[in-house]
Amino acid sequence: MIEHLPALQTVLPLLAAPVCVLLRRAALVRVFAALVTWSCLAIAFSLLQEVLRNGAVSYELGGWAPPLGIEYRIDVLNAYVLVLVATMASVVIAFPLAGRELRIPKERFFLFYALFLLCLAGLLGITITGDLFNIFVFLEISSLSAYALIGLGRDRRALTAAFSYLAMGTVGGAFILIGIGLVYQMTGTLNIVDLGQRLPPVLGTRTVWMAFAFLVVGTSIKLAAFPLHQWLPNAYTYAPSVVSAFLSATATKVAYYVLVRLLFTVFGFAFVFERVQLTALLLPLSLIAMVVGSLAAIYQTDIKRLLAYSSIAQIGYMTLGLSLANLDGLTGGLVHLFNHGLIKGGLFLVVACALSRVESPRIESLRGMGKRMPWTMAAFVVGGLGLIGIPGTVGFVSKWYLVLGALDKGLYFVAFMILASSLLAVIYVWRVVEVMYFSDEEQAVERHDAPLSMLLPTWVLIGATIYFGFDTELTAGVAEKAAAYLLGGAS
Amino acid sequence: MNILGLWNYWIVIALMMIGLYILIARENLVKKVMGLNIFQVSVIMFWVSIAKVRGGTAPIVPEGGGDVLYSNPLPHVLMLTAIVVGVATTGLGLALIVRIYEAYGSIEEDQIREMDRAEE
Amino acid sequence: MKISGMRMREKLIVRVIARALIPFILLFGLYVQFHGDFGPGGGFQAGVIFAAGFVLYGLVFSLADLQRVVPWPVVELGVALGLLLYGGVGVASLLLGGNFLDYKVLDSNDAMQGLHLGILLVELGVGLAVSSSMLAIFYAFAGRREAR
Repeated sequence: MIEHLPALQTVLPLLAAPVCVLLRRAALVRVFAALVTWSCLAIAFSLLQEVLRNGAVSYELGGWAPPLGIEYRIDVLNAYVLVLVATMASVVIAFPLAGRELRIPKERFFLFYALFLLCLAGLLGITITGDLFNIFVFLEISSLSAYALIGLGRDRRALTAAFSYLAMGTVGGAFILIGIGLVYQMTGTLNIVDLGQRLPPVLGTRTVWMAFAFLVVGTSIKLAAFPLHQWLPNAYTYAPSVVSAFLSATATKVAYYVLVRLLFTVFGFAFVFERVQLTALLLPLSLIAMVVGSLAAIYQTDIKRLLAYSSIAQIGYMTLGLSLANLDGLTGGLVHLFNHGLIKGGLFLVVACALSRVESPRIESLRGMGKRMPWTMAAFVVGGLGLIGIPGTVGFVSKWYLVLGALDKGLYFVAFMILASSLLAVIYVWRVVEVMYFSDEEQAVERHDAPLSMLLPTWVLIGATIYFGFDTELTAGVAEKAAAYLLGGAS
Repeated sequence: MNILGLWNYWIVIALMMIGLYILIARENLVKKVMGLNIFQVSVIMFWVSIAKVRGGTAPIVPEGGGDVLYSNPLPHVLMLTAIVVGVATTGLGLALIVRIYEAYGSIEEDQIREMDRAEE
Repeated sequence: MKISGMRMREKLIVRVIARALIPFILLFGLYVQFHGDFGPGGGFQAGVIFAAGFVLYGLVFSLADLQRVVPWPVVELGVALGLLLYGGVGVASLLLGGNFLDYKVLDSNDAMQGLHLGILLVELGVGLAVSSSMLAIFYAFAGRREAR
């Protein structure tokens, strides 16, 4: 059975989704979905170990040999992303659903779990597959279920947010499809590894340049890279907090993975960074995203919207690492993928905890909550420190690599900007902390924290941001291997 | 360069631009979905047109085999999946619009934006 | 449903022709479904054609009539079972020692026979899932309108 793990990684959640519909009972479905998600995590971990020990794993779907058949191909990079996605899903699925945040009644909760598992199957599928068209299909599976999940938010603006995400996301998906078509036209293959070998002779043609443009823009829409981020703030603000936690920690991260895969494995380092000079475009945009995202976050009155804008800034860090295109920079980008997933997932879960006791997600309504919900608010502070990048948290690890990467290229201005946008993060985190702990109102404070079933998953993520701040073997270690593999395989 | 000989691309580009224009310029959400559909159809037309081999027939092996020139069947099969994705997107988009209409009483984006602003 | 002042179900010609056509539509759907083994056809197209027959019935008569024929729980079941049938074939080939969706192992003696059986079942699953989802979409929209 062990050699079939790559197939099971996506098939398990994909088939579990209809089973959820058949089981129907909310409590039963929840246990079932959790078991499936946790086995996905176990599979992802064993795949990562296998890859670290013996190199890339290849699996032929239907027994048809690649490049004709569809191949699942796992190397260090996607094994790492698989672990990230599965980890986040495992924690989020353990978090109890709050009926007051959802638009569906309790007896229809099984639909939430079915959608969640479909989304998970899509995200894992994008990551694991070695076939470009398969990436498109799984991308649409995950996106469609994500639109529906966002539309489940109680506020009616969740519907319009989901609709505009749907419009943007579909255009992004169609762009990717055009790009794949142009590449297929030039090479006659869809297998990613095969493409990497067949593209170089035709790299000079205008068709391939067009394909490159379509693919990069399409994935950037899904990634919410500045200035294609318009769908993100509303979507994360009005989605149920659990959904925001899951999507912010996985969906954009997987899109980043697709971008990295396209740039390094399909088009190759020489074409992307020497002929097209992508850095000249991506570096300034990343810097603007870092600053504008953080500045916008400072002025928000809604805590979820604040976190959403902060996500845009943090995605800027990731694309910055990509645009530096050296070992430290790329490691920084990849490690921030994992670290930001932990931090942002944890922070959105904190919001979900808070919303179990507070009516609205406005920052004002958190006044004095530091005393009423000490554990929840402490989790916010720790997560916020990670967002800023205080030494001892994961945020520091990724920023350290990014600064090293910038200095390595002699870009002192970029290194300075990384520090400057961290200062902006101090401001927006402080605004929330101030309201929570240092408000003057002296009311009779009664401790009324979120239930343990909510606090536990939250603290697992928040605790991990501290743990991986010290033990960087799993995150930075693997990310560095992946970066070295990408750069070594490409240049 | 034979500009007119590439007429399939002209059709694709025209459809794509029409779709994108509707998506951006129209306030009515149902019209936006239509624009999205036209946009997707243009991509499907593009894929199908690159599969055509001049003089090729449908890729069905004739009785007893034989040397026949076929069009490339792979893009057609892939587009079948893309069409299904398009149907799912349309279905979900329209379902959202029904819900939006129930919640706001309107499907004009400017009016919805107005209502959201009034609420804040 | 009103057309030129008269309810659709009162239009005799439409009703008679629909009654006559629906069996042929369903038959054609089945033909496309099983012809998919040898030539153009298969679950996607067949599922849509099959669902179109039911949708026509719902349009000409009424949603309530259609829901007496195919109740909502059946539709939901169809979507889930279709996907499960498709995946189940894949898992079955996994358990029989092949790769996922490697139908050749489904028949221990004859690989060709296994391929045949595998694609038949997969297309059946696809057809079931597609026709049920088309009906589900129709119910979701038409039901809202009658509820108002």
